[in-house]
Amino acid sequence: MIETAFTPLASLAGGVLIGLSATLLMLLLGRVMGATGVVSGLMSPASRPDFAWRAALLAGMVTGPGLLWLLSGDMPAIEVPVSTGALIVGGLIVGIGVTFGSGCTSGHGVCGMARLSPRSIAATLTFMVVTLITVFVIRHVIGT
Amino acid sequence: MKLFATYLVGVVFGLGISLSGMANPAKVLNFFDIAGTWDPSLIFVMGGALITTFVGYKLVFGRSAPVFEPDFNVPSSRRIDTRLIGGSALFGLGWGIAGFCPGGALPALGTGRPEVFVFVAALIAGIALAKFLQSVVAPRLRAAS
Repeated sequence: MIETAFTPLASLAGGVLIGLSATLLMLLLGRVMGATGVVSGLMSPASRPDFAWRAALLAGMVTGPGLLWLLSGDMPAIEVPVSTGALIVGGLIVGIGVTFGSGCTSGHGVCGMARLSPRSIAATLTFMVVTLITVFVIRHVIGT
Repeated sequence: MKLFATYLVGVVFGLGISLSGMANPAKVLNFFDIAGTWDPSLIFVMGGALITTFVGYKLVFGRSAPVFEPDFNVPSSRRIDTRLIGGSALFGLGWGIAGFCPGGALPALGTGRPEVFVFVAALIAGIALAKFLQSVVAPRLRAAS
């Protein structure tokens, strides 16, 4: 386990930027800002324009860490306290889950909750509780 | 113009994720580890994002249409079914195992860290597998029953 510092201001500012980008995407394209939808739509696009806006959005997302580095001098910290096997198994399960659940933290947790969508509220409560239980079991019951 | 504006929206998202700590699995997992090395920072990410989006959407939905498209394209289903809850539960399980979620991992690709590419490759494989199950296996099961 890795201790991480409590960063309320940076996290709040980051959250506001996430919300701003979700608002702007709705204003410009009338679309929900969901990371699941971006990846999923790129894998099987309905049309060429459908592919293009998602590719542009993803290209912008990937620019984010570099811009933070330009502004602050630091790349975002990425500390991975789990094994490569856990990244692969977790990634596979996340991919299956967000496809059947039609969204993840950004689509359901931010955009759907902000619209007070009952589906998104139910989805967000579900994954937050299951993640909490999963982390508790892995760290304190199995004890790795 | 439309694509460049969309790119800039992605930049704002990527910067927000980078600044917030959502791209850092140690921080994400610590948020959920209330009984251990708890770091409540992500409450501020979720809170800031939710309040901003809530107010922003209220303003945007005052318009009759988005800037570059004729209509808003917003999910309208209100059904809470097994697929939604089961899928979300699986997502929570995977998130708790890996510490990355899709929205955190996509911008993190820009750091070039190999762990992020491993996770995103597995994520894509998982999405492909689920799409295959949905489009090929499920109809056959229905046809057979």
